[in-house]
Amino acid sequence: MSLKRKILELQKKREKVLQGGGEKAIEKQVAMGKMTARERIITLLDENSFHEYDLFVEHEARDFGMDGKILHGDGVITGTGTIYGAPICIYAQDFTVAGGSLGLMHARKITKIMDHAMKMRVPIIGINDSGGARIQEGVNSLAGYGEIFYRNTMASGVIPQISVILGPCAGGAVYSPALTDFVFVVENISKMFITGPEVIKTVLGEEISMEDLGGARVHSEITGNAHFFAESEIECFDQIKKLITYIPWNNGQKARPFEPKEPLYDKYKIDEIVPGNPKEPYDVRDVIRAITDGSEFFEIMELFARNIVIGFGRINGETVGFVANQPLYLAGVLDVDSSDKGARFIRYCDAFQIPIITLVDLPGYLPGVDQEHAGVIRHGAKLLYAYSEANIPKITVILRKAYGGGYIAMNSRHLNADFVFAWPGAEIAVMGPEGAANIIFRKEITEAEDPEKMRKQKVKEYKEKFANPYVAAAKGYVDSVIEPKETRKFLLHGIEVSKNKVDIKPLKKHGIPPF
Amino acid sequence: MATKEKITKQKAPAPVIEEEDSIKARYHVLNIDGDKYRTLHTESYKKRVMWEKPDIKKIYSEIPGTVIKIYVTVGQEVKEGELMLVLEAMKMKNKLLFPIDGVVKKIYISENEKIPKKTLMIELE
Repeated sequence: MSLKRKILELQKKREKVLQGGGEKAIEKQVAMGKMTARERIITLLDENSFHEYDLFVEHEARDFGMDGKILHGDGVITGTGTIYGAPICIYAQDFTVAGGSLGLMHARKITKIMDHAMKMRVPIIGINDSGGARIQEGVNSLAGYGEIFYRNTMASGVIPQISVILGPCAGGAVYSPALTDFVFVVENISKMFITGPEVIKTVLGEEISMEDLGGARVHSEITGNAHFFAESEIECFDQIKKLITYIPWNNGQKARPFEPKEPLYDKYKIDEIVPGNPKEPYDVRDVIRAITDGSEFFEIMELFARNIVIGFGRINGETVGFVANQPLYLAGVLDVDSSDKGARFIRYCDAFQIPIITLVDLPGYLPGVDQEHAGVIRHGAKLLYAYSEANIPKITVILRKAYGGGYIAMNSRHLNADFVFAWPGAEIAVMGPEGAANIIFRKEITEAEDPEKMRKQKVKEYKEKFANPYVAAAKGYVDSVIEPKETRKFLLHGIEVSKNKVDIKPLKKHGIPPF
Repeated sequence: MATKEKITKQKAPAPVIEEEDSIKARYHVLNIDGDKYRTLHTESYKKRVMWEKPDIKKIYSEIPGTVIKIYVTVGQEVKEGELMLVLEAMKMKNKLLFPIDGVVKKIYISENEKIPKKTLMIELE
């Protein structure tokens, strides 16, 4: 056989495998409003950058009639490519091939590309669209999952790991995304749960739809399992591409810098965003946009625990992570969910050398039996742990109120912040004026002829004495009291002078964070 | 640190209506240590369940299932540890025993009935 014929033979073989599960299965996939696995990869990556491997992998299963079955690519597509020139390893489960079910060779293809990503120190993106374990392959498919989870854990904090849920992802399969850094979901397409509606109904008698149990909105708003919510696959891919521009390829590098830009000063007037009365709400994201390059802010977990805001922006062209209390929701309090959300993001930034800017405006922790019983003590502790442990540059700006335990938790000087700045309207105190006056002056108030008048007077007294940044500044807990319009200048400089930061932690195998 | 004893949590506070803006109209009041903040609620805050003191005389199901047999009748005197009923759940027949001594005041369920979790089954006097 001449080489020419052999090439033709290869082309034929390829053509066959590239059809995936065949026309009918593809039609079904399209009818569900979903792209095929290969379309997804090609849409997400830079044009013509995708190179596929392990196209001819075949399963070795012999039982339950599997020996006669040919599963193209064993239900998963793997390869490498680029996003805006950044090298990427990627895999996408192909639902058209045996429902994207995970057998031994399917898992081997995934672990092979994961190992490659680790060796090359580049991000890995996994697109999940699978019915679950391939039952016919028995314990081999379980082994496959376990080997993926192990690699997810080993790669954690070394290379960015991104999971995209574009179909079902049920049972044990959910734990791969859960171990990765960022999970993307799409409305009406993503479905994630440990046990599905059928089982729940038979065993427990509870009736619920897939969407209500583990749809995109549920995971974005209620469970906090998902980080990015999109209404279409295209929107989802745009979010992934944007994220890639903000993060480094691995933990040994910085994110690629962009051309520095000034914020849109006309649109975001930093002097006018925060109301003087600490009980009035505003959107803290406007303060972030008043600081960042081009007033751009890429928010993460936008719909979950809205009382804290996290995300990336750039200052002087460099990526920084923002953690900010959001007075627009629940007055910006810390609670179980917001502590968890903030803490994980801080650890992400710390692992990937991204400086953290913390904007503080909170009345403390959320009171309530539900919070106490849900473990606000151990969840709240995560935030303290994450801030204390992080040794990337950490800068805090106290915008307004900073009361009690909330003040300590939000990257205070006491948790080893590098710089703490406060606006002139900052109130750094043990608690709000009403509560404090009621406790400190209880006797005077109850014994007064007109208790209400006395109470008001004492609240006023307390406000004048403690509701300002100067008590903390007098102790050096605040480095500078700054005008709002000086904020960007101080942050820019703070990051600049922290470039060579050395903060050596005591030698240990690892700490024991409260999770 | 702030004390949390003075909590006046409103279940569904009336929205502030003097505002024209639709977002502003959705503001609630959140009371933290006596200071009242104007703010919006999060999804999980809206879904929170108010805590109630458990009444030891009211016996609730802890898992959903089917009531196979009830061993007591109204007015019957019972002792702690005595067999109350058999509930089939999670493919097992669970024997439920009385947690305290008492007299059966009311039985809210019947045999062969499928009941969900947290159903009031039996009340003691």
